[in-house]
Amino acid sequence: MSDSEVKSGLEAAGEADEAAALPEPVTARLLKAELGTAVIGTSMAFGDLAIQIRREALVSAARQCRDHPELQYDYLMDVGAVDHLGRTPRFEMVYNLYSLRFRHRVRLHVQIPEEDPTVDSLIDLWSAADWFEREAWDLMGIRFRGHPRLVRILTHAEFVGHALRKDYHPAERHRLSRTYDLFTEDQAGAPPDGASSG
Amino acid sequence: MAGNQPIAITPLGQAPPSKGGATGNGMPMQWLTTRVDDFVNWARGNSLWPLTYGTACCGIEVMSVISSHYDLARFGAEVIRFSPRQADLLIVAGTVVDKLGPVLKTVYQQMPDPKWVVAMGACAASGGFYRAYHVMQGIDEIIPVDVYVPGCPPTPEGLIYGILELKKRIERGETRPQIATREWAARNAAREATREATREAVRESVRV
Repeated sequence: MSDSEVKSGLEAAGEADEAAALPEPVTARLLKAELGTAVIGTSMAFGDLAIQIRREALVSAARQCRDHPELQYDYLMDVGAVDHLGRTPRFEMVYNLYSLRFRHRVRLHVQIPEEDPTVDSLIDLWSAADWFEREAWDLMGIRFRGHPRLVRILTHAEFVGHALRKDYHPAERHRLSRTYDLFTEDQAGAPPDGASSG
Repeated sequence: MAGNQPIAITPLGQAPPSKGGATGNGMPMQWLTTRVDDFVNWARGNSLWPLTYGTACCGIEVMSVISSHYDLARFGAEVIRFSPRQADLLIVAGTVVDKLGPVLKTVYQQMPDPKWVVAMGACAASGGFYRAYHVMQGIDEIIPVDVYVPGCPPTPEGLIYGILELKKRIERGETRPQIATREWAARNAAREATREATREAVRESVRV
Protein backbone atom coordinates (compact mmCIF):
# COMPACT_ATOMS: atom_id res chain seq x y z
CA MET A 1 0.00 0.00 0.00
CA SER A 2 1.43 3.34 -0.98
CA ASP A 3 1.48 6.35 1.25
CA SER A 4 -0.46 8.39 -1.28
CA GLU A 5 -3.41 6.03 -1.09
CA VAL A 6 -3.49 6.25 2.67
CA LYS A 7 -3.25 10.00 2.42
CA SER A 8 -6.14 10.26 -0.01
CA GLY A 9 -8.30 8.22 2.34
CA LEU A 10 -7.46 10.45 5.27
CA GLU A 11 -8.12 13.59 3.26
CA ALA A 12 -11.48 12.31 2.14
CA ALA A 13 -12.46 11.61 5.72
CA GLY A 14 -11.39 15.07 6.83
CA GLU A 15 -13.08 17.29 4.26
CA ALA A 16 -16.81 17.02 4.58
CA ASP A 17 -18.07 19.76 2.32
CA GLU A 18 -15.67 18.88 -0.46
CA ALA A 19 -16.49 15.20 -0.35
CA ALA A 20 -18.11 15.21 -3.75
CA ALA A 21 -15.09 16.74 -5.37
CA LEU A 22 -12.66 14.29 -3.82
CA PRO A 23 -11.79 10.90 -5.25
CA GLU A 24 -13.75 7.99 -3.86
CA PRO A 25 -12.47 6.97 -0.40
CA VAL A 26 -10.18 3.98 -0.23
CA THR A 27 -12.58 2.02 1.96
CA ALA A 28 -15.50 2.43 -0.40
CA ARG A 29 -13.44 1.56 -3.44
CA LEU A 30 -11.87 -1.54 -1.89
CA LEU A 31 -15.10 -2.85 -0.41
CA LYS A 32 -16.87 -2.46 -3.74
CA ALA A 33 -14.05 -4.30 -5.46
CA GLU A 34 -14.05 -7.12 -2.92
CA LEU A 35 -17.77 -7.54 -2.34
CA GLY A 36 -19.40 -6.41 -5.56
CA THR A 37 -23.15 -6.10 -5.30
CA ALA A 38 -23.11 -6.69 -1.53
CA VAL A 39 -22.31 -3.00 -1.24
CA ILE A 40 -25.57 -1.18 -1.88
CA GLY A 41 -24.25 2.34 -1.69
CA THR A 42 -21.86 4.74 -0.02
CA SER A 43 -22.28 8.24 1.29
CA MET A 44 -20.27 10.91 3.04
CA ALA A 45 -21.62 13.15 5.78
CA PHE A 46 -19.54 15.55 7.84
CA GLY A 47 -16.38 13.81 6.76
CA ASP A 48 -17.54 10.36 7.79
CA LEU A 49 -17.99 7.57 5.34
CA ALA A 50 -21.10 5.39 5.55
CA ILE A 51 -21.54 2.20 3.58
CA GLN A 52 -24.80 0.35 3.06
CA ILE A 53 -24.24 -3.40 3.14
CA ARG A 54 -26.61 -6.21 2.27
CA ARG A 55 -27.65 -8.10 5.37
CA GLU A 56 -26.24 -11.42 4.16
CA ALA A 57 -22.84 -9.89 3.46
CA LEU A 58 -22.31 -8.16 6.80
CA VAL A 59 -19.77 -10.60 8.20
CA SER A 60 -17.72 -10.79 5.01
CA ALA A 61 -17.75 -6.99 4.71
CA ALA A 62 -16.72 -6.60 8.32
CA ARG A 63 -13.99 -9.17 7.86
CA GLN A 64 -12.67 -7.27 4.85
CA CYS A 65 -12.68 -4.05 6.84
CA ARG A 66 -10.76 -5.67 9.66
CA ASP A 67 -8.27 -7.79 7.72
CA HIS A 68 -7.60 -5.94 4.48
CA PRO A 69 -4.05 -4.56 4.76
CA GLU A 70 -5.11 -1.17 3.40
CA LEU A 71 -8.10 -0.81 5.74
CA GLN A 72 -7.24 -2.43 9.08
CA TYR A 73 -10.37 -1.35 10.93
CA ASP A 74 -9.28 -3.09 14.10
CA TYR A 75 -11.53 -1.26 16.54
CA LEU A 76 -15.30 -1.78 16.77
CA MET A 77 -16.22 1.47 18.46
CA ASP A 78 -19.96 1.16 18.68
CA VAL A 79 -22.93 -0.84 17.53
CA GLY A 80 -26.29 0.85 17.29
CA ALA A 81 -29.78 -0.19 16.36
CA VAL A 82 -32.24 2.28 14.83
CA ASP A 83 -36.01 1.95 14.77
CA HIS A 84 -37.49 3.72 11.71
CA LEU A 85 -41.08 3.02 12.70
CA GLY A 86 -43.37 3.25 9.68
CA ARG A 87 -40.60 2.66 7.18
CA THR A 88 -39.84 -0.60 5.39
CA PRO A 89 -37.49 -2.12 6.34
CA ARG A 90 -38.14 -0.96 9.87
CA PHE A 91 -34.82 -1.52 11.63
CA GLU A 92 -31.27 -0.61 10.84
CA MET A 93 -28.00 -1.69 12.41
CA VAL A 94 -25.07 0.71 12.46
CA TYR A 95 -21.51 -0.45 13.09
CA ASN A 96 -18.89 2.21 13.81
CA LEU A 97 -15.39 1.11 12.91
CA TYR A 98 -12.08 2.82 13.50
CA SER A 99 -8.57 2.01 12.38
CA LEU A 100 -5.89 2.65 14.96
CA ARG A 101 -3.26 2.17 12.24
CA PHE A 102 -4.65 4.65 9.67
CA ARG A 103 -6.88 6.68 11.96
CA HIS A 104 -9.84 6.55 9.64
CA ARG A 105 -13.45 5.68 10.36
CA VAL A 106 -16.34 4.05 8.58
CA ARG A 107 -19.91 3.19 9.39
CA LEU A 108 -21.49 0.02 8.09
CA HIS A 109 -25.28 0.20 7.75
CA VAL A 110 -27.47 -2.87 7.48
CA GLN A 111 -31.24 -2.76 6.92
CA ILE A 112 -33.25 -5.23 9.01
CA PRO A 113 -36.86 -6.16 8.21
CA GLU A 114 -39.41 -6.11 11.02
CA GLU A 115 -40.76 -9.61 10.35
CA ASP A 116 -37.32 -11.17 10.72
CA PRO A 117 -35.12 -8.92 12.88
CA THR A 118 -32.04 -11.10 12.57
CA VAL A 119 -28.48 -10.41 11.58
CA ASP A 120 -25.21 -12.28 11.90
CA SER A 121 -23.19 -11.65 15.03
CA LEU A 122 -19.80 -9.99 14.71
CA ILE A 123 -18.54 -11.49 17.95
CA ASP A 124 -16.07 -13.71 16.11
CA LEU A 125 -14.41 -10.65 14.58
CA TRP A 126 -14.51 -8.29 17.54
CA SER A 127 -15.19 -9.59 21.04
CA ALA A 128 -16.39 -6.06 21.84
CA ALA A 129 -19.53 -6.93 19.90
CA ASP A 130 -20.70 -9.13 22.79
CA TRP A 131 -22.27 -6.50 25.02
CA PHE A 132 -23.22 -4.18 22.16
CA GLU A 133 -25.28 -6.94 20.59
CA ARG A 134 -26.83 -7.94 23.88
CA GLU A 135 -27.88 -4.32 24.35
CA ALA A 136 -29.39 -4.19 20.86
CA TRP A 137 -31.29 -7.39 21.62
CA ASP A 138 -32.43 -6.14 25.01
CA LEU A 139 -33.69 -2.72 23.98
CA MET A 140 -34.51 -3.11 20.28
CA GLY A 141 -35.18 -6.81 19.84
CA ILE A 142 -32.62 -7.49 17.13
CA ARG A 143 -31.46 -11.08 17.15
CA PHE A 144 -27.85 -11.94 16.41
CA ARG A 145 -27.18 -15.26 14.79
CA GLY A 146 -24.14 -16.94 16.31
CA HIS A 147 -24.00 -14.94 19.52
CA PRO A 148 -23.12 -17.42 22.30
CA ARG A 149 -25.22 -15.87 25.07
CA LEU A 150 -27.78 -13.43 23.74
CA VAL A 151 -29.52 -12.44 26.99
CA ARG A 152 -30.71 -9.11 28.32
CA ILE A 153 -27.97 -6.86 29.62
CA LEU A 154 -29.63 -3.69 30.95
CA THR A 155 -33.23 -4.48 31.82
CA HIS A 156 -33.97 -7.18 34.36
CA ALA A 157 -34.64 -10.87 33.89
CA GLU A 158 -38.44 -10.60 34.07
CA PHE A 159 -38.72 -7.73 31.60
CA VAL A 160 -41.06 -8.26 28.66
CA GLY A 161 -40.62 -6.55 25.32
CA HIS A 162 -37.97 -4.23 23.96
CA ALA A 163 -38.10 -0.84 25.59
CA LEU A 164 -36.47 1.43 23.00
CA ARG A 165 -38.74 0.40 20.15
CA LYS A 166 -40.80 3.38 19.09
CA ASP A 167 -44.07 1.54 19.69
CA TYR A 168 -43.19 0.66 23.31
CA HIS A 169 -45.39 2.72 25.59
CA PRO A 170 -43.28 4.82 27.99
CA ALA A 171 -45.50 4.03 30.98
CA GLU A 172 -45.33 0.27 30.46
CA ARG A 173 -43.31 -1.34 33.22
CA HIS A 174 -42.48 -4.76 34.53
CA ARG A 175 -41.78 -5.35 38.22
CA LEU A 176 -38.96 -7.63 39.22
CA SER A 177 -40.16 -10.15 41.80
CA ARG A 178 -36.80 -11.23 43.21
CA THR A 179 -33.07 -10.90 42.72
CA TYR A 180 -31.32 -13.00 40.11
CA ASP A 181 -27.79 -14.30 40.05
CA LEU A 182 -26.32 -12.73 36.94
CA PHE A 183 -23.95 -15.58 36.24
CA THR A 184 -25.71 -18.78 37.23
CA GLU A 185 -29.41 -18.22 36.69
CA ASP A 186 -31.14 -18.36 33.35
CA GLN A 187 -32.17 -14.98 32.06
CA ALA A 188 -34.74 -14.23 29.43
CA GLY A 189 -32.77 -14.74 26.23
CA ALA A 190 -33.48 -14.52 22.55
CA PRO A 191 -35.48 -17.35 21.03
CA PRO A 192 -33.36 -19.83 19.13
CA ASP A 193 -32.72 -19.26 15.43
CA GLY A 194 -35.70 -20.16 13.31
CA ALA A 195 -38.27 -19.55 16.02
CA SER A 196 -40.85 -16.90 15.38
CA SER A 197 -39.79 -13.46 16.52
CA GLY A 198 -41.39 -12.19 19.67
CA MET B 1 -50.90 5.25 74.91
CA ALA B 2 -48.27 7.92 74.68
CA GLY B 3 -49.57 11.40 75.39
CA ASN B 4 -48.58 14.74 74.01
CA GLN B 5 -47.26 16.17 77.25
CA PRO B 6 -43.64 17.22 77.08
CA ILE B 7 -41.11 15.55 79.29
CA ALA B 8 -40.71 17.47 82.55
CA ILE B 9 -37.10 17.90 83.62
CA THR B 10 -36.22 20.07 86.56
CA PRO B 11 -33.61 22.63 85.55
CA LEU B 12 -30.07 22.12 86.73
CA GLY B 13 -29.21 23.56 90.10
CA GLN B 14 -32.77 23.86 91.30
CA ALA B 15 -33.47 22.70 94.83
CA PRO B 16 -34.98 19.26 95.18
CA PRO B 17 -38.76 19.37 95.46
CA SER B 18 -38.82 17.62 98.81
CA LYS B 19 -36.53 16.90 101.75
CA GLY B 20 -36.64 13.23 101.07
CA GLY B 21 -35.02 13.74 97.70
CA ALA B 22 -31.75 15.10 99.05
CA THR B 23 -28.75 13.06 98.11
CA GLY B 24 -26.87 13.89 101.27
CA ASN B 25 -23.75 15.04 99.49
CA GLY B 26 -24.77 18.66 99.20
CA MET B 27 -25.57 18.41 95.49
CA PRO B 28 -29.07 19.27 94.31
CA MET B 29 -30.91 16.27 92.94
CA GLN B 30 -32.15 16.10 89.36
CA TRP B 31 -35.73 15.01 88.70
CA LEU B 32 -37.29 13.59 85.64
CA THR B 33 -40.89 12.62 85.61
CA THR B 34 -42.34 11.10 82.46
CA ARG B 35 -43.76 7.91 81.06
CA VAL B 36 -41.63 5.15 79.63
CA ASP B 37 -43.21 5.58 76.18
CA ASP B 38 -42.40 9.28 76.08
CA PHE B 39 -38.88 8.72 77.30
CA VAL B 40 -38.18 6.00 74.77
CA ASN B 41 -39.64 8.07 71.94
CA TRP B 42 -37.55 11.04 72.98
CA ALA B 43 -34.43 8.88 72.95
CA ARG B 44 -35.28 7.32 69.61
CA GLY B 45 -36.01 10.63 67.96
CA ASN B 46 -32.71 12.04 69.09
CA SER B 47 -30.55 9.10 68.11
CA LEU B 48 -31.55 8.06 64.63
CA TRP B 49 -29.00 5.81 62.98
CA PRO B 50 -29.24 6.35 59.25
CA LEU B 51 -28.43 3.71 56.67
CA THR B 52 -26.95 5.14 53.50
CA TYR B 53 -28.69 4.27 50.28
CA GLY B 54 -27.35 6.78 47.79
CA THR B 55 -28.01 5.81 44.18
CA ALA B 56 -27.75 9.16 42.42
CA CYS B 57 -26.94 12.84 42.91
CA CYS B 58 -29.04 12.97 46.10
CA GLY B 59 -26.30 10.87 47.68
CA ILE B 60 -23.94 13.83 47.27
CA GLU B 61 -26.33 16.00 49.26
CA VAL B 62 -26.52 13.36 51.99
CA MET B 63 -22.72 13.40 52.19
CA SER B 64 -22.92 17.15 52.53
CA VAL B 65 -25.53 16.89 55.29
CA ILE B 66 -23.46 14.52 57.38
CA SER B 67 -20.25 16.49 56.88
CA SER B 68 -19.07 19.29 59.10
CA HIS B 69 -20.72 22.24 57.37
CA TYR B 70 -24.34 21.09 57.75
CA ASP B 71 -23.43 18.60 60.48
CA LEU B 72 -26.31 16.24 61.03
CA ALA B 73 -24.65 15.35 64.35
CA ARG B 74 -26.39 18.42 65.79
CA PHE B 75 -29.60 16.39 65.66
CA GLY B 76 -28.16 13.11 66.86
CA ALA B 77 -28.33 11.36 63.51
CA GLU B 78 -24.67 11.28 62.62
CA VAL B 79 -23.97 7.60 63.24
CA ILE B 80 -24.12 6.49 59.62
CA ARG B 81 -24.36 2.72 59.46
CA PHE B 82 -23.36 0.57 56.55
CA SER B 83 -25.27 -2.48 57.70
CA PRO B 84 -29.07 -2.52 57.79
CA ARG B 85 -28.88 -4.57 60.99
CA GLN B 86 -27.52 -1.55 62.84
CA ALA B 87 -29.73 1.17 61.38
CA ASP B 88 -33.23 2.41 62.04
CA LEU B 89 -33.50 5.17 59.41
CA LEU B 90 -33.31 4.36 55.72
CA ILE B 91 -32.56 7.44 53.62
CA VAL B 92 -33.26 6.46 50.03
CA ALA B 93 -31.33 9.13 48.18
CA GLY B 94 -31.64 8.75 44.46
CA THR B 95 -33.24 6.92 41.57
CA VAL B 96 -34.40 3.37 42.20
CA VAL B 97 -34.77 1.32 39.05
CA ASP B 98 -37.02 -1.73 38.86
CA LYS B 99 -33.95 -3.93 38.69
CA LEU B 100 -32.90 -2.64 42.12
CA GLY B 101 -36.34 -3.08 43.69
CA PRO B 102 -35.82 -6.49 45.31
CA VAL B 103 -32.51 -5.32 46.78
CA LEU B 104 -34.09 -2.24 48.34
CA LYS B 105 -36.88 -4.35 49.77
CA THR B 106 -34.39 -6.84 51.24
CA VAL B 107 -32.38 -4.04 52.82
CA TYR B 108 -35.53 -2.61 54.36
CA GLN B 109 -36.62 -5.99 55.68
CA GLN B 110 -33.21 -6.56 57.25
CA MET B 111 -33.50 -3.45 59.41
CA PRO B 112 -34.70 -4.11 62.97
CA ASP B 113 -37.94 -2.54 64.18
CA PRO B 114 -38.83 0.22 64.74
CA LYS B 115 -37.57 1.63 61.47
CA TRP B 116 -38.29 4.67 59.38
CA VAL B 117 -37.84 5.58 55.72
CA VAL B 118 -37.10 8.95 54.16
CA ALA B 119 -37.69 9.16 50.40
CA MET B 120 -35.24 11.87 49.41
CA GLY B 121 -35.63 13.68 46.11
CA ALA B 122 -38.04 13.55 43.22
CA CYS B 123 -36.89 10.14 41.98
CA ALA B 124 -37.30 8.25 45.24
CA ALA B 125 -40.60 10.02 45.91
CA SER B 126 -42.23 9.69 42.49
CA GLY B 127 -39.80 8.50 39.85
CA GLY B 128 -38.96 12.12 39.07
CA PHE B 129 -38.40 12.86 35.43
CA TYR B 130 -37.81 9.19 34.71
CA ARG B 131 -41.33 8.41 33.56
CA ALA B 132 -40.02 5.41 31.71
CA TYR B 133 -39.84 1.67 31.43
CA HIS B 134 -37.05 1.14 33.93
CA VAL B 135 -37.62 3.37 36.98
CA MET B 136 -39.84 2.75 39.97
CA GLN B 137 -42.44 5.53 40.19
CA GLY B 138 -41.70 6.19 43.87
CA ILE B 139 -40.24 3.71 46.35
CA ASP B 140 -43.59 3.51 48.15
CA GLU B 141 -44.47 0.96 45.49
CA ILE B 142 -42.52 -1.58 47.55
CA ILE B 143 -41.72 -0.16 51.00
CA PRO B 144 -43.57 2.26 53.31
CA VAL B 145 -42.31 5.83 53.45
CA ASP B 146 -42.55 8.18 56.45
CA VAL B 147 -41.20 11.42 55.04
CA TYR B 148 -40.91 12.61 51.45
CA VAL B 149 -38.31 15.30 50.78
CA PRO B 150 -38.96 17.06 47.46
CA GLY B 151 -36.24 18.51 45.27
CA CYS B 152 -33.91 17.48 42.48
CA PRO B 153 -31.81 17.10 44.46
CA PRO B 154 -33.14 18.60 47.70
CA THR B 155 -30.89 21.10 49.43
CA PRO B 156 -29.09 19.91 52.57
CA GLU B 157 -31.47 22.14 54.52
CA GLY B 158 -34.34 20.28 52.90
CA LEU B 159 -33.08 16.91 54.07
CA ILE B 160 -32.43 18.27 57.57
CA TYR B 161 -35.98 19.63 57.65
CA GLY B 162 -37.27 16.23 56.65
CA ILE B 163 -35.28 14.45 59.36
CA LEU B 164 -36.37 17.00 61.98
CA GLU B 165 -39.97 16.49 60.91
CA LEU B 166 -39.53 12.74 61.36
CA LYS B 167 -37.87 13.33 64.73
CA LYS B 168 -40.82 15.44 65.87
CA ARG B 169 -43.29 12.78 64.86
CA ILE B 170 -41.26 10.02 66.53
CA GLU B 171 -41.23 12.01 69.78
CA ARG B 172 -45.01 12.37 69.57
CA GLY B 173 -45.35 8.66 68.86
CA GLU B 174 -47.15 9.34 65.58
CA THR B 175 -45.12 7.28 63.16
CA ARG B 176 -46.24 4.12 61.46
CA PRO B 177 -44.20 1.55 63.46
CA GLN B 178 -45.10 3.22 66.77
CA ILE B 179 -48.80 3.18 65.97
CA ALA B 180 -48.51 -0.44 64.90
CA THR B 181 -46.81 -1.35 68.16
CA ARG B 182 -49.49 0.35 70.24
CA GLU B 183 -52.24 -1.35 68.29
CA TRP B 184 -50.49 -4.66 68.75
CA ALA B 185 -50.22 -4.06 72.50
CA ALA B 186 -53.89 -3.08 72.72
CA ARG B 187 -54.94 -6.22 70.87
CA ASN B 188 -52.76 -8.29 73.18
CA ALA B 189 -54.25 -6.66 76.26
CA ALA B 190 -57.79 -7.28 75.02
CA ARG B 191 -56.97 -10.90 74.28
CA GLU B 192 -55.40 -11.33 77.70
CA ALA B 193 -58.44 -9.77 79.38
CA THR B 194 -60.70 -12.23 77.60
CA ARG B 195 -58.51 -15.12 78.69
CA GLU B 196 -58.46 -13.88 82.28
CA ALA B 197 -62.25 -13.60 82.29
CA THR B 198 -62.48 -17.17 81.05
CA ARG B 199 -60.05 -18.37 83.70
CA GLU B 200 -62.02 -16.54 86.37
CA ALA B 201 -65.24 -18.14 85.19
CA VAL B 202 -63.62 -21.57 85.39
CA ARG B 203 -62.36 -20.86 88.90
CA GLU B 204 -65.86 -19.77 89.93
CA SER B 205 -67.37 -22.94 88.57
CA VAL B 206 -64.83 -25.11 90.43
CA ARG B 207 -65.46 -23.29 93.70
CA VAL B 208 -69.16 -24.02 93.42
